[in-house]
Amino acid sequence: MADTLFLLLSALTVATALLVVVNKNAVNAAMFLLLSLVGLAGLFVLLDAPLLAFVLILVYAGAVVALFLFIIMLLDTTPGSFKAFQPLTVTAAGLGAALLGFGLWSLVHRAVLPLAPKSVPVPTMKQYAELLFTTYLLPVQVVGFLLLIAMLGVIVLSKKYTEVGERRTENR
Amino acid sequence: MTPLLATAPVYGLPSYLFVSALLFAIGFFGVLLRKNTLVIYMCLELMLLASTLALVAFSKFNGTLDGNVFVFFVLTIAAAEVAVGLAIIVALFRQRHTVQVEELNQLKH
Repeated sequence: MADTLFLLLSALTVATALLVVVNKNAVNAAMFLLLSLVGLAGLFVLLDAPLLAFVLILVYAGAVVALFLFIIMLLDTTPGSFKAFQPLTVTAAGLGAALLGFGLWSLVHRAVLPLAPKSVPVPTMKQYAELLFTTYLLPVQVVGFLLLIAMLGVIVLSKKYTEVGERRTENR
Repeated sequence: MTPLLATAPVYGLPSYLFVSALLFAIGFFGVLLRKNTLVIYMCLELMLLASTLALVAFSKFNGTLDGNVFVFFVLTIAAAEVAVGLAIIVALFRQRHTVQVEELNQLKH
């Protein structure tokens, strides 16, 4: 059962990821990213991390992909503006990706890895919270600060600035 | 530990890592191939997701929770990165009226 699910979900994840890359329309690419995320969340559930699957769907599907779609529609990149891939680019990119994939795979292939999953119970919310608030308290604080800085950065970046000579009155 | 090995699923840690490596390579391929900044950004997200899959798989097969907790941090960083990156793209679009990387070659001239 788990094996069949693994095959199905990994096939879904990889196939839709490939469709994200080759799709001509940016909106369709975002939708395929969403499907890929669903497959990945399924894989997380298979790996006994349903909480992470939930957070992944919540953060990525709820926030990130929605933000992507919003920006795509805001910027109005017309589908007609798509140019065909240059054969040289395709070859070079494919070669680079194949080399990277092969390197990663050979690294995995040679490593001594534990074969069987440890039969520990599915981690609960309490266990996550305990780790986050004891061992990883400092990283949590740093990440929170990083989110604050990102928020400020986005405000600064998306603000409209006036020219140097112009008067700054109601805009500030 | 031998009973665990006897009941091990056919697709163990190497299979998960293979899927993760494949996903990472696909993301990398997209970053190299595409010209649309937004799609390049989605491919970057794919690479981040591939790394989270590897983390969760390692965590499961070693019986620890640290990898899973690390995924939380990766997700937070990814969310912050998307917000800032899309703000940069919008600012760039305001200046240059394009999101195609081949037209964003002002530094060349």
